[in-house]
Amino acid sequence: MTQQTLEHWQQMYRSLWRIRIFESQVQRLAAAGEVPGFPHLSTGQEAVAVGVCAHLNPSDVLYTSHRGHGHILAKGSDIEATMAEIIGRDTGLCRGRGGSMHLVDAANGVLGATGVVAGNLALAAGAAWAAQAQGKSDISVVFFGDGATGAGVFHETLNLAALWKLPILFVCENNGYAEFTSREEHSNVNHVSAFAAPYHIPTKTIDGNDLRVVHAEAGAAIAGIRAGQGPYLLECMTFRMAGHYVGDAQQYRSKEEMAAMLEKCPIERLKRHLLESGIDAAELDAIQNDATQEVLAASDRARAAPRPDPASVMDDVYTSPALHAITG
Amino acid sequence: MAVHTFINILKRALDEEMSHDSAVHLLGEDVAAGGAFGVTRGLVDKYGDHRVKNTPISEAAITGLATGAALAGLKPVLEIMFIDFATLALDCLLNQTAKYRYMSGGQVTLPLVVRTQAGAAGGAAAQHSQSLETFFIHIPGLIVVAPSSPVEAYGLLKSAIRYGEPVLFIEHKRLYTMKEDLPDDYTLPTIGQARVAREGSDITIIAYSAMVQTALEAAQTLADQGISAEVLDLRTLLPLDMATIAQSVSKTHRVLIAQEAVLNGGVAAEIAARIGSELFDELDGPVERVGCPFAPIPFAPELERALLPGKDDILRAVHRMVGHA
Repeated sequence: MTQQTLEHWQQMYRSLWRIRIFESQVQRLAAAGEVPGFPHLSTGQEAVAVGVCAHLNPSDVLYTSHRGHGHILAKGSDIEATMAEIIGRDTGLCRGRGGSMHLVDAANGVLGATGVVAGNLALAAGAAWAAQAQGKSDISVVFFGDGATGAGVFHETLNLAALWKLPILFVCENNGYAEFTSREEHSNVNHVSAFAAPYHIPTKTIDGNDLRVVHAEAGAAIAGIRAGQGPYLLECMTFRMAGHYVGDAQQYRSKEEMAAMLEKCPIERLKRHLLESGIDAAELDAIQNDATQEVLAASDRARAAPRPDPASVMDDVYTSPALHAITG
Repeated sequence: MAVHTFINILKRALDEEMSHDSAVHLLGEDVAAGGAFGVTRGLVDKYGDHRVKNTPISEAAITGLATGAALAGLKPVLEIMFIDFATLALDCLLNQTAKYRYMSGGQVTLPLVVRTQAGAAGGAAAQHSQSLETFFIHIPGLIVVAPSSPVEAYGLLKSAIRYGEPVLFIEHKRLYTMKEDLPDDYTLPTIGQARVAREGSDITIIAYSAMVQTALEAAQTLADQGISAEVLDLRTLLPLDMATIAQSVSKTHRVLIAQEAVLNGGVAAEIAARIGSELFDELDGPVERVGCPFAPIPFAPELERALLPGKDDILRAVHRMVGHA
């Protein structure tokens, strides 16, 4: 491994841990009653976020689902501002108006998460259309779960993206569950990639828990999109180690299933590979510790930040301040 | 001064705004061919198919697409062929478009105009004739505009495109063939401001969209009967221009609100409630409403005529309220 590749993988390893620790912290804070609402964790799915976002520039547009913390951090949004939003602080990305399911960091190209499954797939296509219309080389990426394929707008958007040859990457994180129901129970179509064929959208189903695979395949797909080849659908098979939401007891899953998932943990797998490549275990532990300290310090700063001023509750309903006082 | 139909003057407004601002793009079902009513006919020849985009019949996706494009720097003007089909786009308009600025804490703007066409005329029947504006005035973050004439449509559409907020622009199909002069010294209206369409002193008739024309016809008949009716054209249903309403009510002390939609929970109900709480002392009697009986729009011309509120309904209500006929 060259020094450059080594540093590259160390950086990715750090990104995986950042997300894992961040979400563990969200889980802890939620248990302590510090997180309003119901956050959804992507624990176990981190390799998809890190492998895809490694290829994105700040001006590329990212949309994500209700399970989006990892994607947003992987694209480089500020850890403290992201956490501050999830716990509802004035310093949060959205000044406490969005929360976990509506994270937006426009300056970093994160146009946002959504609380409606499949609700922003077409918005992502709109960002791709805008880039195309403005002659920019930016692309749009949208992450969604396999559950989103049950929505009509998923199929409408694939059709439009193919028809207009839009620069968009559809990334399906197929974790086998739509909320609490397994894929087998909600569709006869085993692989989401099968939906790409009728629209002539190139596609691949890959092991989404192997960061090296995700990184390579996302890189190739994105290169094609930037070269003007139109949309691509990347289906990443992965596992949701946490429940649907924080607090989900997951009684619908067997002990065997849970144990098999731990075996496939994307962080452990990259770690094994790096150790086999000759990287020192102590070095990897140091990266994990650094990431832990970084996230916990950011979390502490977020928790110390002021809460939003109730007097500002009518701000930003409209762009024009003159419209803020509308009562009907 | 030139005479224009509603359809042609809308095209002129779109043409001028596209020429004025390269961020303005049109999209919708059949828009390159002119749309179902010919509003956009010919614009594809002038601006190309990259700025006048035909879309599949996918209201949910094209509304999302227009919303996403507005968030990314374009100023899309989306056509939803009939407001009845806007229900297919409602998830996006309600959960995404209207809320994006607020949910993001003011990080984004969403300059989007959704043109759509509503109202009953010519036997379009239950799924192509509805007046669904009430759904949309219930959504914080949207602006809802409903022009009452060709010149009004021209000015309000241009203002809506320049406004920088998500605007639902509701055209009434009955007005499409109406003709009107566009004055040479015409100035664009301000979104959110109502207008006095006819001055009067005995009663205020508040209306919007095609019902303004009906109210003006009624006011003419009332004048012949010695009753002076003031007609207010709301222009914008969200926000409501309560200041202009208050001015008129303070002069006439009687209010009739006329709409084509069914009355339950409607625009007229909202205005009546607000007049009741804000202007109660100005009133000489209860605020009255004219609207559609609570039924779907029927097909046969006799049935359509029987159901739709019209000039006679306004006259009857005014006579009841003013106390003489």
